Amino acid sequence: MEFLSKTTHIDFLGKRRLAMILSGVLILLSLAALAGRGLNFGIEFTGGVVIEAGFPGAADLTAIRSGLEEAGIPKAVVQNFGSSRDVVIQLEAEDSAVGGDIRDQVMAVLRDLDGEVTLRRVEFVGPQVGEELAEAGGLATLFALLMILAYVAFRFQWKFAVGAVAALVHDVIITLGFFAALHLPFDLAVLAAILAVIGYSLNDTIVVFDRIRENLLRIRKADTVEVMNQSMNQMLARTLMTSGTTMLVLLALFIFGGEAIHGFSVALIVGVAVGTYSSIFVASPTALALDVSATDLMPPQKEESEVDALP
Amino acid sequence: MTVLNRYPTWKNLLVVAVLLIGLVFALPNVFGDDPAVQISLETTQPLDDVTVVRVEGVLQQAEIPHEAAYLHEGRVLVRFQNVEQQLKAVDLLREDLGPGYVVALTLAPRTPGWLRALGLRPMSLGLDLRGGVYFLYEVDMEAAINQALDRYESDFRSMLREERIRYASVRHDGRDVVMVLRSQEDMSAAEALVRDADPDLVVQTSATANEYQVRVRLSEDQIRQRQDFAIQQNTVTLRNRVNELGVAEPVVQRQGVDRIVVQLPGVQDPAQAERVLGATATLEFRLVDENNNPFEAKSRGRAPLGSKLYQRRDGTPVLLKRDIIVSGDQLTDASAGFSEGQPAVFVDLDAKGARKMGETTRQNLNKGMAVVFIEQKRESVERGGETVEVTKVEEEVISVATIRGVFSSSFMITGLDPVEARDLALLLRAGSLAAPIYKVEERTIGPSLGQDNIDKGMLAVVIGFVLVVVFMAIYYRVFGLVANLALLANLVLIIALLSMLQASLTLPGIAGIVLTTGMAVDANVLIFERIREELKNGNSPQASIQAGYEKAFSSIADANITTLIAAIVLFTFGTGPIRGFAVTLSLGILTSMFTAIVGTRAVVNLIYGARRVKRLAI
Repeated sequence: MEFLSKTTHIDFLGKRRLAMILSGVLILLSLAALAGRGLNFGIEFTGGVVIEAGFPGAADLTAIRSGLEEAGIPKAVVQNFGSSRDVVIQLEAEDSAVGGDIRDQVMAVLRDLDGEVTLRRVEFVGPQVGEELAEAGGLATLFALLMILAYVAFRFQWKFAVGAVAALVHDVIITLGFFAALHLPFDLAVLAAILAVIGYSLNDTIVVFDRIRENLLRIRKADTVEVMNQSMNQMLARTLMTSGTTMLVLLALFIFGGEAIHGFSVALIVGVAVGTYSSIFVASPTALALDVSATDLMPPQKEESEVDALP
Repeated sequence: MTVLNRYPTWKNLLVVAVLLIGLVFALPNVFGDDPAVQISLETTQPLDDVTVVRVEGVLQQAEIPHEAAYLHEGRVLVRFQNVEQQLKAVDLLREDLGPGYVVALTLAPRTPGWLRALGLRPMSLGLDLRGGVYFLYEVDMEAAINQALDRYESDFRSMLREERIRYASVRHDGRDVVMVLRSQEDMSAAEALVRDADPDLVVQTSATANEYQVRVRLSEDQIRQRQDFAIQQNTVTLRNRVNELGVAEPVVQRQGVDRIVVQLPGVQDPAQAERVLGATATLEFRLVDENNNPFEAKSRGRAPLGSKLYQRRDGTPVLLKRDIIVSGDQLTDASAGFSEGQPAVFVDLDAKGARKMGETTRQNLNKGMAVVFIEQKRESVERGGETVEVTKVEEEVISVATIRGVFSSSFMITGLDPVEARDLALLLRAGSLAAPIYKVEERTIGPSLGQDNIDKGMLAVVIGFVLVVVFMAIYYRVFGLVANLALLANLVLIIALLSMLQASLTLPGIAGIVLTTGMAVDANVLIFERIREELKNGNSPQASIQAGYEKAFSSIADANITTLIAAIVLFTFGTGPIRGFAVTLSLGILTSMFTAIVGTRAVVNLIYGARRVKRLAI
């Protein structure tokens, strides 16, 4: 079976202005969402307590809320988690200074409501640890980008490296923007997913670049735009196929993997979609804008001085 | 002309060998777990077969059936058919074996004996999959330094007294210990004394009209040593306390400069664990200051020089000498019991403590000595609109007794209720914390959630896997089937590597496996698309296979290396759950490079290689 039985001849680069506008709008919207609503950071970054409890029957959220309020724990966020029987109670950092006591107090309240309740999960993160995790996360993202920039510059050429990193930054901003706009919880697992998106999106970009390099060196007569278009068309089947299979497993993860990795799979689904788009419409156009050409890929000429130095 | 697409024998053998080794290492994972009881010595010395026989005897007598009992890494493991038998056995064994043994509930793999004999083990599951408690504690370094300064202060005072140097005061001021003396000569003498006692200390002198000061500061090295000691001592103490709790396979580990990680797999009650782990109760022995009136000091709100104002349990004030005779960390053993109908804690001192105690009691016969019970608590306080955490020290005098005779290494303490006596003995036995700790992170996963996570994660892996396999088979036909074989081999190799490295598998780790499955296909997609292209360009099937593998290689390598970079960065910066993801992602990338390139090529060569082929099923 083949989706594209003949090599396509789509003028991808001809639509680069349109793509630029689309990407620009998406990035602006993302930045606006990030600046406006901001990310809904999980307690791993802000510090706080999350307590998940399982009731034998459907949990009465109102009763839990009033019970907590009576016990002197007013600012708790109480929600169902996955099913009507599971409840998640979230407390902010300032309430969590004495993490152990809070856990016991909350469980006491829940036990009063229903003796059968079981403690499923507790996560307590001190404010300081939260800050450190956030810092380490930011640093990791930045570091990953720099390392990749260096690798691509070394393997290809700096114009390609800039194109690849532009696509990565584009993907990261839009994925983050998506999370901010929908106010989805942003936790450590989502951060891990974003870093995986960086890896994935780059994978896609590199494969296209690799073909562009090959063709640029082979077809010397054609101009760069033509070669790039041809390369992207040649790789189109592969790009769609790989994105497709990856999407399949991600959907399986999203649907069957449980609440605990929902955020993770959503981030990857968005990231892979955006990453596939950007490897075609952001990475190569950026390299083109930097005037990349076959001569950039030639092995460097020996410098004059070196020749002179020979006896 | 050379024959295209035939692997040399060694390459085929390599593929077969890697797969076989992978299968053997992955094999222990298919047997599942049994509820079990693990028995070890508190001293962590290895047990021998005698204990196994004894345990089996006890179980036989009580008619509790067990699946197997054997030694594993110096510990005895007894597997049961169900949890009911396990719980019955654990109570029985605890009673029978008595103190000195740690009897813990655990899960033991149902691996057959011959695999165990080869040293093969299934993957270890992370806390999020098997349930348990994770605590991250921070050690209060400032308190560790202050304790050292307290000790210096007390040492200096007795040194000055011994050398008959008159002093106005010895106190500490921030991180300095300041001695105020009355003359230039005394100042020089004191300075010499300090330098002599500990040449590493930083000593400064300053003299004004009528005040001669010697300022002593810990050097940077000493501060670092002090902090290192505090964290090491605390790690040991926490390990001892975990043993008292009876947990199988606990982890107590230093993390970074000032933190300690405690992982307790299978523990379901974090509150109880925390009470024992975080307790800071300790003791100090001090002489009673009998020359001053404690009530007067209380009303003045200030203790006379060289003394400190304390409260007894009934609220009456008592003045104690500043010098500590012996503190809790010099105790070597403690046990709770009764003396003359009163609860008591019997303690043993180490050599240094015993010497000091002997000396003090000899010189102070018929004078009072007090036992101070110290507990450190952490509280959050509003300070300038910000909530800050401070360590609050609660000290109370639990008993004051008159020294009736000289004693040194063994004696007893009264003045506590029975529960307090028991807890104090336990804490003293496990060793006191060299500096207070407080919890900065906790993760507790209940056993039901752990099982849920395993079930859901596995379901996602299986469904994702099947979807990809079906899709590949339809899209690439014979080549798709070959790629599917490679995917399966990849899964086996990842599991084998995880079992080999004993890296724990977490839920994000499973996500990593799912993701690599998606990405492992990519290498084959690249190769197969290239083969199709070559065929379209009119090349022969054999040449197309050859060119497909060759030309796709650089793309595959580049793509995988960059993803590997991201995974390594994740591993370096990430903590716990993230690391699990990074590990499986990295392993998956490495194994998929092998299976997708070398592995599929071997099979493709086997099917099509070195013979006349008209067309390829691709």
